[in-house]
Amino acid sequence: MTGGIRFDSVTVAYDGTVVLDALDLAVEPGEVMALLGPSGSGKTTALRAVAGFVRPVSGRVFLGGRDVTDLPPYRRGVGMVVQQYALFPHLRVEDNVAFGLKAQKVARGEIRPRVAEALELTGMAEYGRRYPRELSGGQQQRVAIARALAIRPGVLLLDEPLSALDARLRSGMLAELARLHRELPEVSILYVTHDQVEALTLADRIAVMDRARLQECGTPRELYRAPKSEFTAGFVGSANLLPVTVGERGVFFGEQRIEVRGVVPGAATLCVRPHLVGLGAGPNQLSGTVSEVQWRGATHRLYVGVNGHRVVADVPELKKPPVHGDAVTLHFAPEDAVLLAVGVGDE
Amino acid sequence: MSEVVRRVRAGGGWSRPRGGSRKSNTAPRPWGVALAPVLILTLFFLYPLALIVRQSFQPVSAYADVFSSELFRTALWTTVWIAVASTVGCLVLGFVLALVIAFVPFPGARTVSRFIDVYLSFPSFLITLALLFIYGTTGIVGSFQFLATPWGVLLAEVTYFTPFVMRPLLAAFSQLDTAQLEAASSLGARAPRIVRQVILPEALPALAAGGSLVLVLCLNEFGIVLFTGAKGVTTLPMLVYSKAILESDYSGACVVAVVNVLISVGLYGLYRVVSRRAGA
Repeated sequence: MTGGIRFDSVTVAYDGTVVLDALDLAVEPGEVMALLGPSGSGKTTALRAVAGFVRPVSGRVFLGGRDVTDLPPYRRGVGMVVQQYALFPHLRVEDNVAFGLKAQKVARGEIRPRVAEALELTGMAEYGRRYPRELSGGQQQRVAIARALAIRPGVLLLDEPLSALDARLRSGMLAELARLHRELPEVSILYVTHDQVEALTLADRIAVMDRARLQECGTPRELYRAPKSEFTAGFVGSANLLPVTVGERGVFFGEQRIEVRGVVPGAATLCVRPHLVGLGAGPNQLSGTVSEVQWRGATHRLYVGVNGHRVVADVPELKKPPVHGDAVTLHFAPEDAVLLAVGVGDE
Repeated sequence: MSEVVRRVRAGGGWSRPRGGSRKSNTAPRPWGVALAPVLILTLFFLYPLALIVRQSFQPVSAYADVFSSELFRTALWTTVWIAVASTVGCLVLGFVLALVIAFVPFPGARTVSRFIDVYLSFPSFLITLALLFIYGTTGIVGSFQFLATPWGVLLAEVTYFTPFVMRPLLAAFSQLDTAQLEAASSLGARAPRIVRQVILPEALPALAAGGSLVLVLCLNEFGIVLFTGAKGVTTLPMLVYSKAILESDYSGACVVAVVNVLISVGLYGLYRVVSRRAGA
């Protein structure tokens, strides 16, 4: 089956409450799309609409160009992996993986090699005879992925697949998922997460969701370097968001004139990433008082009060870090700052 | 026996029998406190039971007499097959009904589920009485002599005991991870396959526990058999009753009672083993 997902103005509501509001989004064949957002943003609902577990009140869902809005889940042929694995506890690993093949009436002789292939792909070949309870969380998740891939879906839906794992396993599984995607380049992946690191690491594009709406969609780099809304700026990476006034004489933060690339008419929020803020004199100089210093090993994080606003700066580890109450000067390069129109994605 | 019933009727604590494990959790009590209940138990329960066992051996030939009688063997067979058939009926019906209540969303599913709890507290003859209104000679459906046959007893027992199977099943279903059902569904499985391969295996311990309980209860059921007025249907409890009360053959009655008790205790032991496994 060919990949690709298209949401055509999909709206989902429960008891009159809209949980997904007219989503328009297309995932290309072979593309990894992350749906990133806080809980209640509608990202899981969007995924469940693709799987067929929620019915849109309006709009259509397409899989590989085919309208599947009215198809039951068992006829959609998508692979799905959820946070809590959902393996069948009474079946051995190999039978878990074979489940979908049997359900889809794959020829008997073909089941065994395909189970082996799926387990091989996820590095679980040696665990076929085990029961799920005899495996660790990470191993169980691999089996769940193998089970989803065994039916050779054009689309793989991953719903917070790493949230149940501890931090160390998580980064290992992230690399593993990236490898899987390289080995299955034709499979589209829709990856639901609230974790920006997972989204930034894995996704070709990120769709940022908030309050049932798609806020912004773009490559990780676009969203990180040039977010279009305060919400995106704050959710994808951390950001200093400073109110500025835009006039004929330029952009001002308080009395301080700021040099920025590009100007948004009526813009009033300046976004600078903390690690792009430097200590000492330079362009776009800001003077303030240190309120807090955190040592983070490779960096120092400074919280500096400027014009009554807090500016966060992540600077390389300092030999003599400033202390609370010290007056410091910060700067940032004009090309590292982005102007955001107030109210975008915030209506 | 009545202990089992009470435990089930109380609703909670189904899958983990409470009696045994409590002792180990609490500090040892002065043995004097335990003395009173032990004495009462001995005086009012164990002693009469011992009398029954003793009576059954007077004369010693009573066992041979009873075992060789055609009536006893017929009653034993009737008791066992009705109990087994009722249990199978309860399991099938209970499984289907519990499936519907647990997985098919319909308004009032909760109310139905509550009603099952209430139903467990009804006396068994009430059901038979109700059935008499429908199928009895003067009932709505009227005049086919159905209730007085073994099939009538079977119908009444299935009707009455099915909720005893549904209760633990509903508890098991509420534990079932819906993500598993969805995973199965997205893998291409339709409802029958999901029921067979995902739900049923998870429900097996509950089915085993509920089934063995119902089997024990059916073996000892007296009220239903009496109330259906089935003259042709003689079960062991009925035989005890008729020997003791109608024929004044106490030794014979005691022999049958002892057999009944042995079967019950054996099955109860099985039920404990099964339900302990289910309660893990």
